[in-house]
Formats: sequence, C-alpha cells, structure tokens
Amino acid sequence: MKETTLAMSVWRGDAAGGAFRDYRVPARPGQTVLDVVTWIQRHIDPGLSYRYACRVGMCGTCAMTVNGKPRWTCRTLVGTVAPDLRLSVAPLANLPVVKDLACDMTQFFDKWRRAEGRFQAAPGSAADFAVVPPESAARQAADAGIECIGCAVCYAACDVVSWNPAYLGPAALNRAWTLVNDVRDGAQAARLAAVAGDAGCHACHSHQSCREHCPKQLNPTAAIAGLKRLATLAALKGEI
Amino acid sequence: MTAGAARTGRWPARGHAGFWAFVVHRISGVALALFLPAHFWALSQAIRGEAALDGFLRWTDRPLVKAAEWVLVVLLAAHLAGGLRLLAIEFLPWYDAQKTFVALGAGFALLVGLAMALNLAG
Repeated sequence: MKETTLAMSVWRGDAAGGAFRDYRVPARPGQTVLDVVTWIQRHIDPGLSYRYACRVGMCGTCAMTVNGKPRWTCRTLVGTVAPDLRLSVAPLANLPVVKDLACDMTQFFDKWRRAEGRFQAAPGSAADFAVVPPESAARQAADAGIECIGCAVCYAACDVVSWNPAYLGPAALNRAWTLVNDVRDGAQAARLAAVAGDAGCHACHSHQSCREHCPKQLNPTAAIAGLKRLATLAALKGEI
Repeated sequence: MTAGAARTGRWPARGHAGFWAFVVHRISGVALALFLPAHFWALSQAIRGEAALDGFLRWTDRPLVKAAEWVLVVLLAAHLAGGLRLLAIEFLPWYDAQKTFVALGAGFALLVGLAMALNLAG
C-alpha cells in the first residue's frame, strides 16, 4: 500500500528574514501539528528550531501560525486543519522571530508587567482568610478569564497589536481584568491607570480576533470591555 | 500589516464577523466624512438664491445621483448601526451573541436600503 504523505511548508529563517521550505511527512491517524514539526526535526532536518514543553495544552509554548491562523500546535489535529493534507507552519505574527518557528516572547510578557498583571495583596489582607463567595459577580468575572496559558495566540491574532506595537494586547489586559475582580488585591488604582493609557484598553477596536482564536475559549474582548467601562467611570469621577 | 508579516506569510487572523463589522464601519465612516463638505456646499446654494438651489436640486434628480444618494443612505445606516453596536460592547454588560449584533446591524442597513429604494422607485 502506498503511504499517504503530508505536503508541509515550514518557515525557516531568523530575525533578518527567511522563506518557506517544503517537506514531505508521512500522514498518521491522530497526528498533531506539533507531531509533524517534531517528525521533520527528528527525521529530515535536525536544525529546525521550535519551542514546546508539555504537549498537552497547559504550558502555552508551542503556538505557531498554522495555515495562516495562530493555533496551539500540540492540540491541533492535522486532520482538522488540513483535510487536503497541505499544511503551512510559520512563527506567530506580531512577535520578533528568534529562529525558524521560535519567537521572542519578551515584549509579550513585558506587557503583562506593564498592565500591572501581578497580584498585589492589600495591606493587612494576609491576617485572615479572605472569603470570596464563588457565586459573587467579581469571582465569576475573574473565573471567566483565569485559565489563560500565556500562549500569545490572541496577541498574534490582534490587528491592533500589528498597528500599534505599544498596545498591551489581549492577554495582558485579560490578566489585568482578572485581578481587577480580585477582592484581595490592593493595587486597583495603579492597575486601572496602567491599562487606561493610549496603549491600553481604549485602543481595542473590538474585532474579537482574540476571542475567535483563543484555544482556551476565553474572551479577552469582554475583559477589555470591562476595563473600558471601569476606566471611563473612574475618569468621570476624576480618579484617574 | 508589518513588512515582516508580508514576508513570512504570517497574516493576522481575520475573516470573521467582528472583523468585517470593523471594515464596514471604517469605510462608511471615511466615506461619510468625505461627503460632509459636499453636503454643506449643497446647502450653501440656498444663500445664493432660489434659482441656484433649484438648479442644483434638479441636477440631483438624475438617476446616477439618486443611486449615489442611495449608497450614502445605506452607508449612514450601516455606520449608525455599527456605532450602536460598539457602544453596546463598551458600555453594556457583555453579551455572547456578538455575531447576532453584527447581523442585526447589517439587517438594519439592508432594511433602510430597501425602504429608500422603494421610496425612489415610488
């Protein structure tokens, strides 16, 4: 029986530039895009660079552009995205390339920091257990965005990031929104000021590409809309 | 679109309802902004006397101008509906039925377009 093969087109290059290179890879049932990239590295081209760790959709390191769309490659089945057995794999958009399929994530995580994306306990809050009712509105709002794995798929999908490189992006703003809804946090004013600037929540055009592509089915656009409402209210009250 | 994206074939992911709603909103907005000076010029003909205004209004009765007016009204309806949709996203609690909102906006623009076409034909 003749073996079925995938027609792969993989971007090779570095920060200076590059091009797609073609490979033929044996098709297997249940194959993920990450499996195919790994097969190329192990059997054809050991110089192919890419990044992954957990292979089960938890770590957020293996995102790439697959047939033009940003995806988590470890949980993307070839059969689902390439029924015609033709597949292109490129590094994520909106991020500098280190080499081949690996991007430099520095700016992505710097923006989490700039959006005050870390928990800062309110003074005295460690004295006793905080009671956060699971059914409270704030807890539900935080729950909706808390499962982010930091894969940068939303960041790569975002038109506003490509137009305005300073824009904090969907992931950092989503993180800020989960903390805004954390009743134990004591840095709310600073956080709201951090996300309300020119490169913050108000820059969002609500295209909802982040929501369309998030592999965890989170909705950063809704989180950003929440920040817009709070920031507007705070500005009207003269708080920021 | 950055030059890098074009070079590597890494396109931001588009082609969904929210993106097309943005495209329609932007194009209609720019077209309406360009039309406004022409609109004010037309109104200013009234200052130059009845004959000047009537002469201009007779010119607008031509089929091609009527068709252009129709396009303009549809753009205005689309821009109005799109703007209401954005206000709803930004100031009302989130609704998951976003594609329904886009469809409602498009439906409203179509409705206004058809009503205007009926009016022109009648």
